[in-house]
Amino acid sequence: MNNVVAPVPHGVTDPMLSHPVLIRRIIWENDDTFTLTLDMGDWAGPFKFLPGQFNMVYVFGVGEAAISISSDPHKTGLLDHTIHRVGTVTTSLAQKKRGDVIGLRGPYGSSWPIDAAKGKDVCIISGGIGLAPLRPVVYTLARQRDLYKRIIVLYGGRSPLDLLYRVELEKWANENNIETLVTVDRGDTSWKGHIGVVTGLFNYIKLDARETVAYVCGPEIMMKYTVDELERRGVPSDHVFLSMERNLKCAVGFCGHCQFGPTFICKEGPVYPLPKIRPLMERKEL
Amino acid sequence: MHTEDLTTTLQQHPFLAGFSEEHMKTLLGCASNVRFMENATIFREGEIANTFYLVRSGRVALEIDFPGRGAMRIQTVGPGEVLGWSWLISPYRWHFTAVAAVETRAIALDGECLRNKCESDSGFGYDVLLRLAQVMESRLEATRLQLLDMYGLITSEVRK
Repeated sequence: MNNVVAPVPHGVTDPMLSHPVLIRRIIWENDDTFTLTLDMGDWAGPFKFLPGQFNMVYVFGVGEAAISISSDPHKTGLLDHTIHRVGTVTTSLAQKKRGDVIGLRGPYGSSWPIDAAKGKDVCIISGGIGLAPLRPVVYTLARQRDLYKRIIVLYGGRSPLDLLYRVELEKWANENNIETLVTVDRGDTSWKGHIGVVTGLFNYIKLDARETVAYVCGPEIMMKYTVDELERRGVPSDHVFLSMERNLKCAVGFCGHCQFGPTFICKEGPVYPLPKIRPLMERKEL
Repeated sequence: MHTEDLTTTLQQHPFLAGFSEEHMKTLLGCASNVRFMENATIFREGEIANTFYLVRSGRVALEIDFPGRGAMRIQTVGPGEVLGWSWLISPYRWHFTAVAAVETRAIALDGECLRNKCESDSGFGYDVLLRLAQVMESRLEATRLQLLDMYGLITSEVRK
């Protein structure tokens, strides 16, 4: 067996060792999702990450949770994690205040292959909190906007109030020449935007399928239907990349909790090229 | 708008892609251009359904009145899509209320006119029904996904 253990993250000597970091800011994106901005302190220099990677966030005495990094990889010093309050660790994180200290180790996992999109159209499809791991991609693409043709962001949420980064979504469209289409499952009469599933937004964009690279992140059921739609529209499967989420425990390939078929998500994922996991997505047992 | 312009507009609508010239001529007699200002009600739940719309621009919201909570928007229909098929199915009553979420332009096809032509020309009728069936199939699939409330789904796998 070759290289079972995931590579040691950049700038880290012991991959199981958490570093203390300070909570600089907490922004509630909606009723149950918040963004922690962390002050990396002395660790700011050596800590480098790529879009799509995650950290293990540690609440002392409570436990760890794997959380994607959602900030701009080119900005050092501060780091964002957008977190959905769903369990013990994330509920505990939600109760933290500015100035509190938490533990952090990482970054782990594979990243979105941004170079694969150079000279092509980029279509980013996300649902719910799935926009968080794709946000660093948008920052990176916007920073080198001329290297890509069209950049399209399709984003689906439960309701208008559940949407993440609402101000930024507008900014991306207005300032960065990014085609941003947002849809919700339901809305009240004040909502003028799209209502329906995220795959329905494909009806409003004309994809140059062969020249499009797609990055997809959201609930697995949403990704499954999105992949079907991309295939129906002729996007080559090796141009499609997905981020998977499973029970990430050790993050370094020791424990096996995140096993997904023959792969460990912490080691080979969370970002996979579609051909690698397409057969696994059809398997009910997985 | 002249008949010639309307024909071009009809030909450009994705719902009619590949429609034969003969069928297009049949359809033309039932068609007219319409425009709805933002917040205009296009039809109301329970009213007689006698129009089929091919949306050209803008966005139409389908609403259900939710007692105690007011109107809930459950779907929008945009450029290139179609609005309403209750004109085809007895008792020809709308099941939703449709409101222009933004200024909207569409081609309105008279439902009774269309029904009569479908009955008198079975080839035309089959073509229209086949296209509508495809729309219904994709809307049904989308509705099933919406019913899953997938953004609220948290599996035990990731509950931390």
